[in-house]
Amino acid sequence: MSLLRKEHSVLPGFGLSLGFTLAYLGLIVLVPLSAAFLKTAGMSWAEFVAAVASPRVMAAYRLSFFASLAAASVNAFFGLIVAWVLVRYAFPGKRIVDALVDLPFALPTAVAGIALTAIYAKNGWLGQVLEPHGVKIAFTELGVFVALTFIGLPFVVRTLQPVLEELQPELEEAAASLGANRWQTITRVLLPELFPALLTGFALSFARALGEYGSVVFISGNMPLRTEIVPLLIITKLEQYDYRGATAIAVVMLTASFGLLLLINLIQKWSRRHHRV
Amino acid sequence: MDLTAAARPFFNMAVVVPSVLFKVRPLAGAPLRATQDPRWVRWLLTGIALGFLGFFLVLPLVAVFGEALRRGLGAYFTAVGDADALASVKLTLIAALISVPANVVFGVPAAWCIAKYSFRGKSLLITLIDLPFAVSPVISGLIYVLVFGAQGWLGPWLIEHDVKIIFAVPGIVLATTFVTFPFVARELIPLMQAQGSEEEYAAITLGANGWQTFWRVTLPNIKWGLLYGVILCNARAMGEFGAVSVVSGHIRGETNTMPLHVEILYNEYNFVGAFAVASLLALLALVTLVLKSIVEWRHAQAHAA
Repeated sequence: MSLLRKEHSVLPGFGLSLGFTLAYLGLIVLVPLSAAFLKTAGMSWAEFVAAVASPRVMAAYRLSFFASLAAASVNAFFGLIVAWVLVRYAFPGKRIVDALVDLPFALPTAVAGIALTAIYAKNGWLGQVLEPHGVKIAFTELGVFVALTFIGLPFVVRTLQPVLEELQPELEEAAASLGANRWQTITRVLLPELFPALLTGFALSFARALGEYGSVVFISGNMPLRTEIVPLLIITKLEQYDYRGATAIAVVMLTASFGLLLLINLIQKWSRRHHRV
Repeated sequence: MDLTAAARPFFNMAVVVPSVLFKVRPLAGAPLRATQDPRWVRWLLTGIALGFLGFFLVLPLVAVFGEALRRGLGAYFTAVGDADALASVKLTLIAALISVPANVVFGVPAAWCIAKYSFRGKSLLITLIDLPFAVSPVISGLIYVLVFGAQGWLGPWLIEHDVKIIFAVPGIVLATTFVTFPFVARELIPLMQAQGSEEEYAAITLGANGWQTFWRVTLPNIKWGLLYGVILCNARAMGEFGAVSVVSGHIRGETNTMPLHVEILYNEYNFVGAFAVASLLALLALVTLVLKSIVEWRHAQAHAA
């Protein structure tokens, strides 16, 4: 295995630990994942296109894409404010608020889904106030957006926090001593410094939203052509025993998420180079 | 190719949060410094941040408990004590009790070989370990159906030998293991890289063998990071919905985990029952957040000492 040749080390256990890691990784992750691609490779091109580009699937791509984009944008905006407040300001209960930011990671998605539905349904906590004014959230595209905002919330905050922590106060002091007012310091000095982290957080939040299932299916109502997300279509096809159709859509999604993963890595590399200069 | 500390916010909290918490801040009333915002800006931004979090985080959490207790404590405990609900709790515990240790047994050697040696292809290996995070939960379930399902690669062989994996407990365990796969390894890799190998070299020089070095030197050094990874891994294992939903046959009392049982009750309009089981999962989430904060705090203390 020349690809994995190591440099000499006195610590024992390299072969054992690497061999075990590769075997486990292969069995649990790589072989099952390759099953999806191999299954699709057995389909004809026309069959594949029919499965992944039917009007119902196209509508689902559109909804998943735009709802995830909107949710990630809202999270980028408010996440920046939340991270700023948590790092820079002092207020009572801050530790609790900080810990609570991780709630969407810790709360099972199905629980989030039914809770959001209970809040935004017609007779729900907020729904009964909003619906008389013509604002329908549950069982519409807006509901999908609300659920995706919830599950993507921690990413931007947690990506920005360490960067904000490490910002040198000298940077802002220098800007101020050179005559910049606070607004100029923020827009011309701080934001450019924070931008790579903000973009990373946005991309992570977007990627998570694209694949999300549990929190969305309860609040979206799952109406064909209107409020069906892509992961739901995979489930629907599986329930009809259309394994090929389900796998074909899965391959499209996997390609998109691996592309995003690559993009996030590139942003990281770029930001590291940017910081070294 | 690896996602760096900044890109893995949730997993590097051990390093991030304590410094946020313990930093000494300028006293109120002191003259405004260049890094400080005027009071009205501080109030406004704090208000916006708390409003946003209250709206999107606190309200759903309160809703879970509010809906669960809607018909009173009696109805709540009846719902929680229901035989199918208890069976789902049991299955969730079984799935977590197998998949979390499995990923610890994977994560420690993976972190050991990545952090302690340099070899070509390392960053590719780290990216591959990260893959399950990039895969939609639904697809995580689907790929196991393609391997073990009746139509899958091993399907005919499994049927012949009367082994049931899909729509049975082994499938649930496998899907859970897949979605929680990176947690422990991702937590340990940066930690062990930062710690370096000097202490291990010293142990080997003094005549310890590999196992002694690992048990007496490495393990005590990584115990907080390991515990942290286990806490996160366990929370995800118990709460996973999409992946498990695909491989479970949704058989009441047999292949329903807690999140799946919540879905079934909810779709039957048994809202008190659904929210009662959901409240147990929400409690688990809160306990996870508290334990996580405690571990972060202990970790920071260990570092300061």
